[in-house]
Amino acid sequence: MAKVIQVKNLSKAYQLGNFGTGTISRDLERFWAKLRGKEDPFLRIGEVNDRTVKGESDIVWSLRDLNFEIKQGESVGIIGRNGAGKSTLLKILSRVTSPTTGSVKVKGRISSLLEVGTGFHPELSGKENIYLNGAILGMRKAEIKRKFDEIVDFSGVERYIDTPVKRYSSGMYVRLAFAVAAHLESDILIVDEVLAVGDAEFQKKCLGKMGDMSKGEGRTVLFVSHNMGSIVQLCNHCILLNRGIIENEGSPALIVQKYYNQNVQDLSFFGNKNTDIYLKQIFACNAVDEQTSNFSHSEDIHLRIVVGVNKYDPIQNIGLALLTRDKRRVFTVNKAFSEFYTAASKDVTVDFIIEGGMIAPMDYSFLVALNTRTGLVTYDWQEDICPIRIYDDGTEFAFAEGADYGCIILKDKWKVIKN
Amino acid sequence: MDNLEKEEWDIEITPKNALFDLKLKDVWHYRDLLILMVRRDFVSFYKQTILGPIWFFVQPIITILIYNLVFNNLANIGTDKIPGPIFYLAGTIIWNYFADCLTKTSTVFRDNAAVLGKVYFPRLIMPLSIVLSNLIRFSVQFLLFILLIIIYLFKGAPIIPNVYLLLFPFLIILIAALGLGFGMIISAVTTKYRDLAFVVSFGVPLLMYTTTVIYPLSAAIAKYPSYSWMIKFNPITSVIETFRFGFLGKGSFSWQLLGYSSILTLFILLIGIVIFNKVEKTFVDTV
Repeated sequence: MAKVIQVKNLSKAYQLGNFGTGTISRDLERFWAKLRGKEDPFLRIGEVNDRTVKGESDIVWSLRDLNFEIKQGESVGIIGRNGAGKSTLLKILSRVTSPTTGSVKVKGRISSLLEVGTGFHPELSGKENIYLNGAILGMRKAEIKRKFDEIVDFSGVERYIDTPVKRYSSGMYVRLAFAVAAHLESDILIVDEVLAVGDAEFQKKCLGKMGDMSKGEGRTVLFVSHNMGSIVQLCNHCILLNRGIIENEGSPALIVQKYYNQNVQDLSFFGNKNTDIYLKQIFACNAVDEQTSNFSHSEDIHLRIVVGVNKYDPIQNIGLALLTRDKRRVFTVNKAFSEFYTAASKDVTVDFIIEGGMIAPMDYSFLVALNTRTGLVTYDWQEDICPIRIYDDGTEFAFAEGADYGCIILKDKWKVIKN
Repeated sequence: MDNLEKEEWDIEITPKNALFDLKLKDVWHYRDLLILMVRRDFVSFYKQTILGPIWFFVQPIITILIYNLVFNNLANIGTDKIPGPIFYLAGTIIWNYFADCLTKTSTVFRDNAAVLGKVYFPRLIMPLSIVLSNLIRFSVQFLLFILLIIIYLFKGAPIIPNVYLLLFPFLIILIAALGLGFGMIISAVTTKYRDLAFVVSFGVPLLMYTTTVIYPLSAAIAKYPSYSWMIKFNPITSVIETFRFGFLGKGSFSWQLLGYSSILTLFILLIGIVIFNKVEKTFVDTV
């Protein structure tokens, strides 16, 4: 597969603070150093872009020594926390700004969509703005003319096409802007989080169109998003940036998991009581025994419960429920404790396994209780513990991540009775 | 492991530009954008107005009437025996072109920072679009000038258009190059150091007095023989004088002066190219 983008030693340093009297003396110093053939003295004091630290220098490395390649036809997702350098990387690839060191070599034409409605002039009508925006994005006038009807059709603002865009609603604005960008004919398309705006229907349309572009037409797509579901759905390769360097790259499902693991906290529960049986420790972990609070939709979730036993009784019962954010129950299970207890044990450790592929991607927490079968005596009751997040790794509802479409994803069963 | 296939790249993105490379091929590719931007400037200028394009004529007409009243009659500076209005009009339309080029380019990058920060197009297009829209405005006002000449000739005024008016195309090239050269310098430098923008905003109106818009060069030489070199130093002076000489028959025209202006223009254009190239790639970070 031919390489279409080759990045070598790419770095970008930014100067913080205001530009003013200080900078001209710096510029002169820099010029003098360059004249003598030495390197820029101020880049040496640059620091890494860590947003949790104030730092001492006012020069920050937004990107530090990036090296990667992208092949033709790949659709690459670039993910990372805020401040990792994703937008800076896209800006350099789009030639909006230039690198401090290193080089990028590109084969083919690049079109970038870093913001919807770039260059829209409020006084001009929708039609005039299609031409202007198209020209800014690099289309020739003949090209725009040829695709004009398609663009207007995709946007759905045909009725208002001759009105100045300052009168458009924000939804119309965004639809028109994306319609122009969606019809760009370029080899490489770069999209930066622009799908964060717009309603669910629009997002679905955009994702669909981008999917067509990469899978159908074989164009190379670079996609930055915080919506992990759409990343996994759309991309076949993923790069994880952290503080200006490439932390990892590989298949989307794996890299998205690594992204979530950047934020692992200890959310386990510890307890101690002198009731007959009590909950000693509870935490969520995955199939390979790693404690985590983030699970992909298709993964099995294990809830590990350690029950301390002071005095065993056959009527003892362990119950468990999965709670939504609103503390409503998704399901409840009950099990007689006698199934797990053996006379030799002091503590009993059990895993409750929720099979993957069932629970919808959302935030949940658990309720674990120890009581008697009849419910008359409660030994221990812990509600709203071990919060977990199930994230979308490519369900059909990826575009609606965050909305409430229910807690269960059913395998749908339809049967035609009459048609 | 050795890949013998030669890698051919279409675009190479590097930290620095070559010194004199203006990337004109890129600019040509984006020519539709250039035309659209010029068109956008004009159209948005008179959107929602009633008089529309007539406003292009109102400004010079009122200006020359006031100049005639103040400088010719009140201050008695004289216009070399040429009817006042047309004397001033000749200077005004050329000066308007320059003043607009200088002031608009000093804020072009700042005004469009939002667009420039989000999409790539050759940055040269911005100062170039200003020079072009101003040239169009100039040609509209030039038509007014020609109209006035015909009227005056009809009325038998002492103006003698002569063969030197054939230098007119060269003058146009000269002012276009000068406008672009200054435009590139100003737009590039003001992205980082706004001081120059302030200088331009108050300096340009004052600069008018160092050119021969409101007085003939002959009057200045007569009054201040030892200081008149300062006025001659201004490249716009010789353009205005040649222009007046060609169309009206009176003006201090000399080949040396014109030659000096041309060389200075070329020099400024080259400096403009160098400075612009140095700044163009990263000004988005500082504007």
